[in-house]
Order: sequence, then C-alpha cells, then structure tokens
Amino acid sequence: MSELPLNNQSLTPLSGAGGLRIGYYPGCSLEGSSKEYNDSLFAVAEKCNVRLEEIKDWSCCGASAAHNMNHDLAIALPARTLALAEKQGLTEIVVPCAACYSRISSSKLEISSNVATRQKMEKFIDLKLSVDVKILTVFEFLQKYIFPVVDEHIVNKLNQKAACYYGCLYSRPKELATLEQIENPMEMDEVMVKAGATPIDWAFKTECCGAGLSVSRTDIVAKLSGKILEDAADRGAESIVVACPMCHMNLDMRRPEIRKQLKKDINIPVLFITQALGLSMGIPADKLGLNKHYVPTEGVVNCIVKMEA
Amino acid sequence: MHQSTPHHHADTLKSQVEDATGVIISHCYQCGKCTAGCPLHEEMDVMPNQILRMLQLELPGYEDKILSSLSIWLCLACDTCYSRCPQEVKLSQVMDFLRQESIRQDKVNPEAKDILKFHKAFLNSIQMNGKLHEVGLTIDYKLRTLNLIQDVKLVPSMMAKGKLAIFPHQVQNTKEIAKIFKRVNENKAP
Repeated sequence: MSELPLNNQSLTPLSGAGGLRIGYYPGCSLEGSSKEYNDSLFAVAEKCNVRLEEIKDWSCCGASAAHNMNHDLAIALPARTLALAEKQGLTEIVVPCAACYSRISSSKLEISSNVATRQKMEKFIDLKLSVDVKILTVFEFLQKYIFPVVDEHIVNKLNQKAACYYGCLYSRPKELATLEQIENPMEMDEVMVKAGATPIDWAFKTECCGAGLSVSRTDIVAKLSGKILEDAADRGAESIVVACPMCHMNLDMRRPEIRKQLKKDINIPVLFITQALGLSMGIPADKLGLNKHYVPTEGVVNCIVKMEA
Repeated sequence: MHQSTPHHHADTLKSQVEDATGVIISHCYQCGKCTAGCPLHEEMDVMPNQILRMLQLELPGYEDKILSSLSIWLCLACDTCYSRCPQEVKLSQVMDFLRQESIRQDKVNPEAKDILKFHKAFLNSIQMNGKLHEVGLTIDYKLRTLNLIQDVKLVPSMMAKGKLAIFPHQVQNTKEIAKIFKRVNENKAP
C-alpha cells in the first residue's frame, strides 16, 4: 500500500467520493474498434474503487502516420494532450494503448530533453508545457493501483494456458520501455498468474504483428500475425492475451486472412489483459465486451472455475 | 539529439540523416543483426544493414536507391533493429527521416503508394476531427486507392459490435488542430 500516492493535492476535490483519481487517455481505438478494452479497464478500475478521469478534449497521438510523414507533427500532437493534462491538474495518466503510449512518451522525451524543442512545440500548440506528467502503461497502472487490492476481488480461476503477447511498443525502444526484460518480459504473465491462468513459455512474446500495415498491406499482417498465432497454438495456448488495440485487431479481426495464409484453422481467442483480469474478478463477460470479438471467446469463459471461499 | 557532426561535407543524404537524427552512420560495423531480426526483411528490396552500408560508402546513385526503395516504407518501426544493435544505431529514426525525404523529393516507390495513401488519409482524418474517425479514414483511403471492395464485408459486423461510429468523435474546437497542422507545415517550408 505504500506505493499509493498520498501527496497529490489535486486529488482532494474529487477523491472523496470515489477513491483514487488517475488521469486517463483513451486514444482513438478505445473509442472505436477496441471499445471493449476501454470498457473492461473501467470495469476493473471501478471494482477496485479507482477513478479514471479522462483528459478533457484530448486529441489523437498521430500514430504511425505522423511519425512516418512529419517529425514535428509527431511531437506536437501528443504535446497538446500533455499540456491539457497538466492544465487539468493531473499528475499521472494511464495510456492503455501501446501505440499511444509510445507516441506520447516519445514526445515527452524529446520535449523534456531539449529546450528548443519545447519552445517550438509551445508555439505550435499555443499552450504552455512543463511535461512533468507521469505516463503509465497499463501494466504499471495495474501494478500500482490494482495489485494492492486485487486479491480481495478475485473470485474465479481462469484455469487455462495463456500466451502473453506484448508486441513491439511496450518493449522497444529501450528509452521508452518500462518492461524489465525486453526480450522476455514477464509483467503480463504476472497479471495472468493473479487471474489464475498458466502463462506459457513461448517465442513470439515481442515479435511484431504487422501493426499499421493492417489495411494497406493485409498480406504482410497475415504472415506476421500468422507466425505469432501458430507458435501460440503449437505450445498449447488456449488464449492469447494482449494489451494493444493494433495487436488485438490483427490477431482477432484479421483471423480470416491469417487462416488463409496458414492454411489451417486456429481458433484461439484473443483477450485484452483487462478482460482476462475482469473475468477473474467475476465481472460478467458482456460487461467486459467479450461479445465484441471476431474469434468466439466462449472457450475462455467455459474454462473458468469458481474459487472456494 | 539533433546535434550536427563535426566533419561532414556538402549536403549529401548521409549528412542530412546525421544532422536530422543524431545518428553517426560510421558507428555501424555491419554485423547484420538488424536485418536478421527484422520481421519484414523477407519482403524488402534493400536489407536494413545494406541501407546503412550505402550511406557509409556514398557510391554514385546511392541516394536514389535508398529513397526509392520499398524497404523504407515496409519498415514498421518495431525497433527490433535498434534494440539489438551492439552499436546502438537508431535505425528506426533513420528510416523515419528517409521516408520524409523520399516524399519531399517525390521518390516514393510505386509499390509503396498504397501505404503512403493510408498514412495521408489517416492524417487527413486527424486534421479534420482532432481524432481518428475510422469510417472516414476507410472511405478516404478507398477513394485514394480505388480499392473499393477491400474490407467492405467487415463494415456491417463492426457496426453491429459497436466498433464503428458513423459520425466522427471530434475535439471541441477542430480549428485548433488545423492550426497545429498549419503552424508545423509553415515552419517546415524553407
């Protein structure tokens, strides 16, 4: 419990009624194609009495498009969101999308390590920047705010072999990575152990799924995501767990293209980490958005066993 | 970062890369780990370590070969190369610069045109709304590529699952975002 922030004055006006208050940047995917990641994160936080407060009027991080096309824009777009978070008095924000996390952290790093960059960005966005907001990945958020109280809320054992898939942007580049071992991270595995699953040892934890080529080069995504799925299947995984909307979309929605590429039918469902944790907390599957997936998730739900009181 | 190196000549692509990224190209000793780890090397026309080698040697015509390669557009910025590089060459930042230079000099590989169109449609959506509008992006991309049938069958199911919004989510004042785009682009112009 010692890790909980007690020194945050801006907490006082809002924390009274609903517990801890943490800033929240959903990003575009969590408002659209990965709404279930948003819903399950909120369901888990609510259960643990942690309040997520959305950054008012946040904008898109720029994603791959901005850093591929225009370096300054790639720093300026997240800078606007950082400035708004500061204005709102938030000292910590959780960014559950791996890509948004990477872009916002990268922007923060460039601004805080170079005064000229900061001044240039302040001109571009017409807002002041102090960039002292702490940015949390979903793993850091879970470890810091959910882990201390999670045991009292866990009522189910997921009881299945899970392949924890981290993808690129949590483990690379090293300046932004918060995982302890970048080639064999364990942070998600630890969450799955809490949820009563058995994480498998496998080779594709941090390989790339094809990410932003999902629409423009679906063939490449089918190849890369196919390799990931095949290794998980070969090692007996019953579910794949992810913490990134792009990884989820490529492994779940692109399954027909992957099947064609592999010339075999692999039906392992793909869950967001917060959905898996939510199931172990006894939160109903539809509240966690498990019905929104393309690959059916009933198998995961059927494995669950109630823990004895 | 972005400091210039003490001794470079003229305005070659190599010196531009070094100025813009802070990467020292001569640090690469061609061990080939970047190519070995690259998830896309099988699809590439020039291997990642070869791009660095071409920048090192500066043989005649190297600039065009790099800027018109498909490889720079296939690079996913997954950063496996950089994370395994014993010399810590930030190849992903070099790639970002090369892509932008390839657009500037109008040398984008014809096979990469759809990838570029997707990025353009994506930025266009943000410029208009402040947030990505997935339906708008899809229509814009389709009109740019005339690839009208692809992924259309996904639309009804995504709608049914509540994964697609017909109308865009927007920031309160979209002009603010348009202004950021404008200021950034004006600053870039010589």
